[in-house]
Amino acid sequence: MYDFEKIYQPRTVAEALQMKADHPKALILAGGSDILIKTREGKLAGSSVISIYGLNELRGICLEEDGTILIRPLTSFSHITANPIIRKYLPTLGEAVDQVGGPQIRNIGTIGGNICNGVTSADSASTLKAYDAVLEITSLDGVRILPYSEFNLGPGKVDLHPNEILTGIRILKDSYQDTFGEYIKYAQRSAMDIATLGCSVNVRLSADKKTVQRLRIAFGVAAPTPIRAFSAEKAANQAKVDENLMETVASNAVLDVNPRTSWRATKEFRIQLITELARRATRSSVEKAGGKF
Amino acid sequence: MVVGKPVERVDAFEKVTGRAKYTADLFPRNALIAKVMHSTIANGKVLSFDLDEAGKIPGVVKILTCFDVPDIQYPTAGHPWSTEKKHQDISDRKLLNQRVRFYGDDIAVVIAETEIAAKQALALIQVKYEEYPPVFTVADAMKPGATVIHEEKPGNVIVHSQYEVGKFDNAITEPGLIKVEGDYHTQPVQHCHIENASSFAYMEGDKIVVVSSTQIPHIVRRICTQALGCSFGQVKIVKPYIGGGFGNKQDALTEPLNAWLTTKVGGRCVGLFYTREETFVCTRIRHAMDFHIVSYVRKDGTFAARSVEAYSNQGAYASHAHALVANAVNAFRMMYPSGAIKGDAYTVYTNLQTAGAMRAYGIPQIGFALEAHIDDVAKAVGIDRIAIREKNMMQMGYVDPITTITCHSTGLQECMNKGRNFIHWDEKQKEYAKENGPVRHGIGMAIFCYKTGVYPISLETSACRMVLNQDGTVPLQRGATEIGQGADTVFSQMCADTVGIPLESVHIMSTQDTDITPYDTGAYASRQTYVCGMAVKKTGLALKKKICEFAAYMLKKDESDLDLQDNWIVHTVSNEKLISLAEVAMEACYSLSNSHHIAAEETHHCSDNTYSFGVCFADIEVDIPLCKIKVNNIINVHDSGTIINPMLAAGQVHGGMSMGLGYGLLERMVYDPKTGRTLDDNMLDYKLMTALDTPELNVEFVEPKDPTGPFGNKALGEPPVIPVAPAIRNALLDATGVAVDAIPLNPEHLFFEFKKAGLIK
Repeated sequence: MYDFEKIYQPRTVAEALQMKADHPKALILAGGSDILIKTREGKLAGSSVISIYGLNELRGICLEEDGTILIRPLTSFSHITANPIIRKYLPTLGEAVDQVGGPQIRNIGTIGGNICNGVTSADSASTLKAYDAVLEITSLDGVRILPYSEFNLGPGKVDLHPNEILTGIRILKDSYQDTFGEYIKYAQRSAMDIATLGCSVNVRLSADKKTVQRLRIAFGVAAPTPIRAFSAEKAANQAKVDENLMETVASNAVLDVNPRTSWRATKEFRIQLITELARRATRSSVEKAGGKF
Repeated sequence: MVVGKPVERVDAFEKVTGRAKYTADLFPRNALIAKVMHSTIANGKVLSFDLDEAGKIPGVVKILTCFDVPDIQYPTAGHPWSTEKKHQDISDRKLLNQRVRFYGDDIAVVIAETEIAAKQALALIQVKYEEYPPVFTVADAMKPGATVIHEEKPGNVIVHSQYEVGKFDNAITEPGLIKVEGDYHTQPVQHCHIENASSFAYMEGDKIVVVSSTQIPHIVRRICTQALGCSFGQVKIVKPYIGGGFGNKQDALTEPLNAWLTTKVGGRCVGLFYTREETFVCTRIRHAMDFHIVSYVRKDGTFAARSVEAYSNQGAYASHAHALVANAVNAFRMMYPSGAIKGDAYTVYTNLQTAGAMRAYGIPQIGFALEAHIDDVAKAVGIDRIAIREKNMMQMGYVDPITTITCHSTGLQECMNKGRNFIHWDEKQKEYAKENGPVRHGIGMAIFCYKTGVYPISLETSACRMVLNQDGTVPLQRGATEIGQGADTVFSQMCADTVGIPLESVHIMSTQDTDITPYDTGAYASRQTYVCGMAVKKTGLALKKKICEFAAYMLKKDESDLDLQDNWIVHTVSNEKLISLAEVAMEACYSLSNSHHIAAEETHHCSDNTYSFGVCFADIEVDIPLCKIKVNNIINVHDSGTIINPMLAAGQVHGGMSMGLGYGLLERMVYDPKTGRTLDDNMLDYKLMTALDTPELNVEFVEPKDPTGPFGNKALGEPPVIPVAPAIRNALLDATGVAVDAIPLNPEHLFFEFKKAGLIK
């Protein structure tokens, strides 16, 4: 039994938006794998929730006319991993979310919930950052488009107003076309664990596979929110594919991150992981793209 | 005969289909729920409560606080009681405590109609404390002027014990000795049994009935009577199937408070089910122990003298107290008995969670320290790691000079040989020595010895009852408990062979009810197949004799010529099958001239003990930049005497190895350094290994028949956990040259060790 004040169950997105406008303090409940835990712990005990889990219009993945990949927020991690569009065009995201918790969590947990929860360790976040995702946020006033890079305001805080609901996540064609990527989740266990550090890299190489045309890299748990490492990206731009590339990315990534010491891991150890994962994810992405060292 | 055969668990069907009833399955629907309020300071005193708002929550039935409980201090350790006062466990806690001694101490209880109402009320209780400075380490607790945690122990030291075998100071004057010393540290860990601490209690007339997930129903009854100040007959404990214990449930946990709570609501049924977080913080943990070991070694690798100094962090309440570190320093002596040896051990109160019994009772701690040290000695002296063990380890016929426990059988050398071959020790050692890249390999090993039961330190007794049904089947009862380890199955096997009936004819009654079940102290110390095995054998022979006596009356034959074999009364001279057991059983019950209720009940008072042995070999891969260890190959080889059921025994070893891997690699309890709050009180932050983290676990046995065991058997339940952590630590030393003297070898720990060693810049 969970200590809820009230549970609202809208039948349409419009109804959900109306409920959100009427009860701005009520929490949006998707898969529940974060909210139910906090309710049980007492942190959210006595809250009211609007359960949007039954809204199938917010579920699924499609390819839009211009080649943009649209992921609806209630799509579960396991559906993302198994989805043919993701497997074909964005396999790194499918692999990343396949590392969330265990099979049960991946069946109930949703990608929208994962990013709206706003924590730095979210397994989908660094890959969505690295592919420069764009968010569709809806309220009764209309639709707002926001780059995901601007969404995280602080630990557990996102740019979502009390009357708004996340209704779509888009990856533009230019973000994924001809790119190859790798997400490395570093945790103490191989399953049922939270990332000590996450690193997602994707690269586009020149036609001769000798030069980096574009490299994007993002981290989870390297700062209070998931972040892109822009200095590392800039330094890697037009760099030669050779052993120095890994050092270029790793040494510049350190300039962009801001890990903190907590009882779970020290800053020093996280920096060791940031540099080593940056190296390994870069090497693997380049190799997937056909580059040779 | 079924002893020695891999027969299926007798409870397999019940457990796999979900029909088996555990405590929560038996909890009545309309019962009340109790929730405990735990202190949010580590050291101090409750001054007052404000209960007004909490009392207004609908559904709250009663709120009780530390000011309401009986003024009685009681012990909780699951030891056999001693009628001699100086050997009794320490009585140092009340049902709810006004004097708060750790962050999480029990200070009040809400009884409500629903769990939510109880939780809402708990959140509204206001408490005022007087705070004292907390002490979390043994060193701080022993400092002069440290806050006294229990007024009965002014310096916070619960017990300081010492021993010396031979003349240590003389022994170290021998010329040419090499001195090797080291400090080794082990961390607190939790049992993580799948079923949390759980109980419910109600009254029948004047009797309090407590249904509980415990390893030790008869002992828990005694503790409940002590805590409530009532007599044995006023309490009964019922123990259904339980979801694991690993020693945590060899302690009174929720039961005494739960027994008292029902008396406060007119005997209505009250449930006290701990959450996982409460189970982590408010039950028991494995003691953190620190060791300083010094060895004086001859050039040939034999020991002239060794010493150990041990400090055990007891936490807030005594529980099993000094028994664990005493066991540890004793094993230090027994494992390598040559030369002069001395031990010095302290158990100290601190303001951390209470430590208690956990699988292998102090030996995983000394096992890590000692076996790590032996590798350090081998390296310092330049001797092969296996050879140094072979030169010094316990041999057949050893009699421990202090406990008198005798080595009646040993297969240790054979265990080492088997493990060495399995892991390809000689080839791998050479192959791995050449590596110097970022990813390196190493092999390591460790050995152990382990006692079987608690004789002569404590009482060893066990009783058993068998009854003959009219169809020749035999209900079997005993106080020794099934806690997932397979006790019901092996006792059924023993009963079948001893009585002379097939396994299907034995109907073991898994549940203990202390008003009905014969006495036994319960599941701990790897004692049950040895001690209760004797009781089953003795009772089985007595039942068989009574059956043969009645058959002799029926057949008008001499009883001494009859035997019961495979459900038939057989003539021992002609081997002729004379009459079926079922016919004898029917006649015994319904005979108009000589009806008999055929049953047998016997007690075995055990006054012997014996050592079991074993070894772990591990082959690991170390990714230095990522600070991670991967176990590529691992084997435990055990000498536990005759194996009663090879399938269950292998399962037991798998579980122990998994626990040992977690102990060595990942698991630890983390505390807030200021408040003492347990930070990783959940399965996300506490890194219990998952199936994906577990390598294939290889198991082999060598089976010298032990002359003192009822079927040639010796301890197996706990030992598999012991050698794993030091074997991995020694493999890490082999792979990297870095001697890490504290566990767990988790990534962050390795990061700082590798940095110190210059392997990471």
